[in-house]
Amino acid sequence: MTDDAGAVLPLLEAGPDIAAGEVLLRAEHIKKYFPIRSGVLIQREIARVHAVDDVSFELRAGETLGLVGESGCGKSTLARCIARLYDITSGSLVFEGNDITAYSRRQLRPVRRDLQMVFQDPYASLNPRKRVGAIISDPLRIHKAGSREQIRQRVLDLLELVGLSSEHINRYPHEFSGGQRQRIGVARALALKPKLVIADEPVSALDVSIRAQVINLLDDLQDELGLTYLFIAHDLGVVRHVSDRIAVMYLGKIVEISPAEELYERPVHPYTEALLSAVPIPDPDLSAARQQIVLEGDVPSPISPPTGCRFHPRCRYATDICTTEEPPLTQHGSLGHLAACHHPLTMGQQAQLGGPAAALNLTPLPAARLVPARPGPSIPPETLGTPGG
Amino acid sequence: MTALLEIRDLKVSFRTDDGVVQAVDGVSATLNEGETLGIVGESGSGKSVTMMSVMRLITDPNAQFEGEVLYKGTNLMAMSQDQIRSIRGAGIGMIFQDPMTSLNPVYKVGWQIEEQIREHEKVSRQAARDRTIELLTSVGIPNARERVDAYPHQFSGGMRQRVMIAMAISCSPDVLIADEPTTALDVTIQAQILNLIKKLREDFGTAVVLITHDMGVVADMADRIAVMYAGKIVEQGTQRELFYDPQHPYTWGLLGSIARLDRPRPRRLAAIPGLPPSLLQLPPGCAFADRCAHRFERCGEQPLLLDRGGDGHLDACHLTRQEKQDVRDATIHPELVEERP
Repeated sequence: MTDDAGAVLPLLEAGPDIAAGEVLLRAEHIKKYFPIRSGVLIQREIARVHAVDDVSFELRAGETLGLVGESGCGKSTLARCIARLYDITSGSLVFEGNDITAYSRRQLRPVRRDLQMVFQDPYASLNPRKRVGAIISDPLRIHKAGSREQIRQRVLDLLELVGLSSEHINRYPHEFSGGQRQRIGVARALALKPKLVIADEPVSALDVSIRAQVINLLDDLQDELGLTYLFIAHDLGVVRHVSDRIAVMYLGKIVEISPAEELYERPVHPYTEALLSAVPIPDPDLSAARQQIVLEGDVPSPISPPTGCRFHPRCRYATDICTTEEPPLTQHGSLGHLAACHHPLTMGQQAQLGGPAAALNLTPLPAARLVPARPGPSIPPETLGTPGG
Repeated sequence: MTALLEIRDLKVSFRTDDGVVQAVDGVSATLNEGETLGIVGESGSGKSVTMMSVMRLITDPNAQFEGEVLYKGTNLMAMSQDQIRSIRGAGIGMIFQDPMTSLNPVYKVGWQIEEQIREHEKVSRQAARDRTIELLTSVGIPNARERVDAYPHQFSGGMRQRVMIAMAISCSPDVLIADEPTTALDVTIQAQILNLIKKLREDFGTAVVLITHDMGVVADMADRIAVMYAGKIVEQGTQRELFYDPQHPYTWGLLGSIARLDRPRPRRLAAIPGLPPSLLQLPPGCAFADRCAHRFERCGEQPLLLDRGGDGHLDACHLTRQEKQDVRDATIHPELVEERP
């Protein structure tokens, strides 16, 4: 805890494990409120949905920032604000050194070349009346990225890049499976060779085996093309797999942001701890051995969020201060690990409570884990080790 | 242990314009008293159609059924609609995936539960209402006395799923079929709902059929697990056998493609290549052969679901136990095997 609370903008300095690329995108104090109106002739604003409430972060070239949180926490709204699909209520957004917060549609056009989005639902995000060739070439034609022949060639290259074949160019979206459609969505996003790809739950709608294919594809493309990802998902396993850093959102705010492995090994915010402990583990013994923290109730309404720390009504460590004072994001542990909590979890606390860090620490494998008569996938304990270390 | 529900060689096919879709192809399974059976598979593997057929909920005139479903010894497939109605809800309760579309939006939630109680039991309106409030309280709905008069849209997803569960258990069924009960929910809410199902199981000894695509959920919940692929069960065994000694390459693929929190992060996930086959024209041999890294000549012929080790653990793969043992680890965790000295 070194940062002076609230005095400086809690932005991330280059941590030890983070790609030391230059800052591609800097979001400062982003707020997005949706008005709720009522009235017949005169529409009065009666309340506001605080979808994103004062979120700041940086994205460095070449890294993947994962964004997790429950539905309704504002992660998709934040993504759409960054892509400027929504106007921002307040705050500033600097992309490649230019403040794009107030750019008009016309001004945004060149920016959109470098900033593309992959959407969650591969069924809704592709126009069913257009052929795949037209879908992928749309961005190229809008941005006049070459002659007809060049565009066609580029589309063929893109299809190959995402693992589809050239004969697919004249087909319609309904002829493809979910995984293939998501590949088409990825090809469209990559058509203009963007620098930043915002992927909003790109694999949530896919089956497990197909999900792994698309994740591997996104991974390969990042290596090949040097892409930067803002990767939104609610599946913490997927996010850990793809991300360099992870931000956890709750009710419109980032409550913890950390290098990926560290978040899983040493969560600081009680919400992160609870979220991790709720993830089912595909191993019966580990699953039975760990103590789950089950959060009571639902996420409160973002129309009138709780006072103080927004997590306090569901938090098992909450005290009086949590109801009155909003905790700022401060540094905990290593550089770049920030959390907003009055009662940050320390290592001792987690071990004692049997939190996720303790439950996930797999060394050594208990002997009972293997079926004695016919040993299971016999991974020697030493290769499993502590995650990441 | 007595078999409460027994599915014998169930086949379900649908006539379509493009041909016959064989959605379920010879599924046999048993659910014993107080037991939880997990059915795992991807979309289109036939897991939902199997259980919908058990409940006789498929009314499509193009659907054709073969085989038997025995509930306490009576064949449900031979029952009339009136007879099956007395089983649904009272003997076998069901929870569906989407709690929004499975509740009627124009009726109060309490009314929907009361209706079911009054359908199956001769009780007064007031008694049914009292029981409903009790049920809503027992599934963890706060202020049940007031919430009983709310409409489904006034509930969150997790709360609606609780209402569905209250409805499913309202007539104390001995079998609860839960079809992807938590897929539409957040992990924190999923944990709440799974805990609730566990509690009901303990309190009432209800046997549960849990349909899911999430290996993590069955690791937490199931006693026995059946893995389905392209309309068939390809592997069936106890929970421990499935996780610690899996026999079918498709099960290995499922285990390998999960980004797990309990293991070090691999560089790549062991994805299963390709797509599941079309159910319109299944290959003559093993349906998984095209995607399988270990296929050989024999895979051209249909593998039967057999007990290859004499221990009740069934799998439908031509490889011998020893052959599987040799290639399995490298299929599930290629990187861990590489790093091994």
